[in-house]
Amino acid sequence: MKYREYAKVLECVRIGNDIFSLKLAAEKIAAAAMPGQFVSVYANDSARLLPRPISVCEADATGGILRLVFRIAGAGTKEFSQLEKGDSVMLVGPLGNGFPLERAQAKRVFLIGGGIGIPPMLELAKRLTSSDGAGAPGNPAAADLAESAPGSPAERAADVKAILGYRDERFLLEDFPCDTVVATEDGSFGTKGTVLDAIRANGLGADVIYACGPVPMLRALKQYALENGTECWLSMEEKMACGIGACLSCVCRSTKIDEHSQVKNKRVCTEGPVFLSTEIEL
Amino acid sequence: MTTHNMSVDLCGVRLKNPVMTASGTFGSGMEFSSFFDLNRLGAVVTKGVSSVPWEGNPTPRICETPSGMLNAIGLQNPGFEVFAKRDLGFLEETLTPDENCSGIGTKVIVNVCGHSEEEYVDCVTKLASEKRADLLEINISCPNVKEGGIAFGTDPKGVERITSVIKKIARQPVIMKLSPNVTDIAEIAKAAEAGGADALSMINTLTGMKIDVERRAFALANRTGGLSGPAIHPVAVRMVYQCAKAVKIPIIGMGGIRTAADALEMLMAGAAAVSIGTASFHDQTTALTVIDGIREYLERHEIADVRELIGCIE
Repeated sequence: MKYREYAKVLECVRIGNDIFSLKLAAEKIAAAAMPGQFVSVYANDSARLLPRPISVCEADATGGILRLVFRIAGAGTKEFSQLEKGDSVMLVGPLGNGFPLERAQAKRVFLIGGGIGIPPMLELAKRLTSSDGAGAPGNPAAADLAESAPGSPAERAADVKAILGYRDERFLLEDFPCDTVVATEDGSFGTKGTVLDAIRANGLGADVIYACGPVPMLRALKQYALENGTECWLSMEEKMACGIGACLSCVCRSTKIDEHSQVKNKRVCTEGPVFLSTEIEL
Repeated sequence: MTTHNMSVDLCGVRLKNPVMTASGTFGSGMEFSSFFDLNRLGAVVTKGVSSVPWEGNPTPRICETPSGMLNAIGLQNPGFEVFAKRDLGFLEETLTPDENCSGIGTKVIVNVCGHSEEEYVDCVTKLASEKRADLLEINISCPNVKEGGIAFGTDPKGVERITSVIKKIARQPVIMKLSPNVTDIAEIAKAAEAGGADALSMINTLTGMKIDVERRAFALANRTGGLSGPAIHPVAVRMVYQCAKAVKIPIIGMGGIRTAADALEMLMAGAAAVSIGTASFHDQTTALTVIDGIREYLERHEIADVRELIGCIE
């Protein structure tokens, strides 16, 4: 279910270089949102027609609070960065498919975020490390699976490591409720280099990868997963207009004929943004 | 119920109100049906369909511009077969004759595209037996496909020819969708009328370009794209006005409509109906706001029939 909701700004703070954290009272969307999903955020300046797709960083269903963390990339996100407590902003969401939590049950899991791909990994980390283990409440499909899966919640729990790649300045790192491994491009913290450098430097391995970040990182992870026989879920980004699957702006190349258009294009907003690495061309 | 008549006539087809969706901005309505009841629309105009699936252009396919956007989707579509079964099937199920509105149900206008005359003919022929297709809209004006599309729509002789070819085989009324990327749009409108068009849709997008100065690159992979949104509304109003003076067939006015006032401008300039396009991206329920706003205008100005407004500006 998608909602159109006028959200009240609870807090808007700068947490890094051009990176802002926006907390919004958005009861319906916060209750329905799953990690890896996104919301369309509409500019209050109506000369900016198109919504900006921003991933869910945290969704507090009981408090009705949605947290979005974004980087200023243009005039629209600049406007969002200047929102103040008490302001309102129009949202549509939650949109897209989200990460398949149930795949993490009893597995060694990497949550890999690169730059502004880090925010969606936070809600994912929270769900995967919650007391119910993988397949936390909120996802009916995962809940069903969790019930039918053998073993106690502790046995089903995923072994979760967040591997976070930064250019230099770190953000959200302290918010992660699991083990974290950091790579920085300038070597100012953690491993100098990429997230893959950090994985190798620390001798880590995983059964399942969930990742979001720049295309070169996703491409490298797809290759890494292929070489290691690892299941790998990648969250893609593309310019969007409608955000709901109608306009066909935000397609990515798929390895097989897609169901919607019968060509090899999948809609990032609808069939994605999360894809199995083997179903998309990178 | 209001006593103010909202229904209009479009080349012999009765619409419950003059507001429809613009092709390519609304899919076949499926995605929008979770935001509002499609039965409130005068008509649903579906995204362009061709005889076989089209892949469309590389990404990025869109970018925002001040009060507008550029798109170069390239008419990606699943082809006639899937469209007829899935999309027309969906509309058949979703759209019900509305007893509260003199039995006028929401109409379906199927937009057709092609690379060649044969492809248009093939698709229109296949559509002949589709009962759910009430009217056809022929896209001879897409600026984003290399062959076909706009190539058919910029030369009066070509427009007349393709119109008459399609008219010979079409079982539904034929609406020709015109490009604004021409020197004299009235001449093109007259050519479509001469070819036997039952109505005109106008305008398609204006060809534009955006350059990303930070990356020193084209914003769109296709380099050029079609400009739409409120930025083009005055151009569209002017062209509708010009063509309404030049032809007798009805015109569906579109181009940047976001409010009821924008739609009323189109009607006053001579359009028999209007389409909401890009504004649906900004607010999924724009078409409803426009319908309600037109009705409110009729009440406020004590106008009994919306048709009194059509072409009321001389």
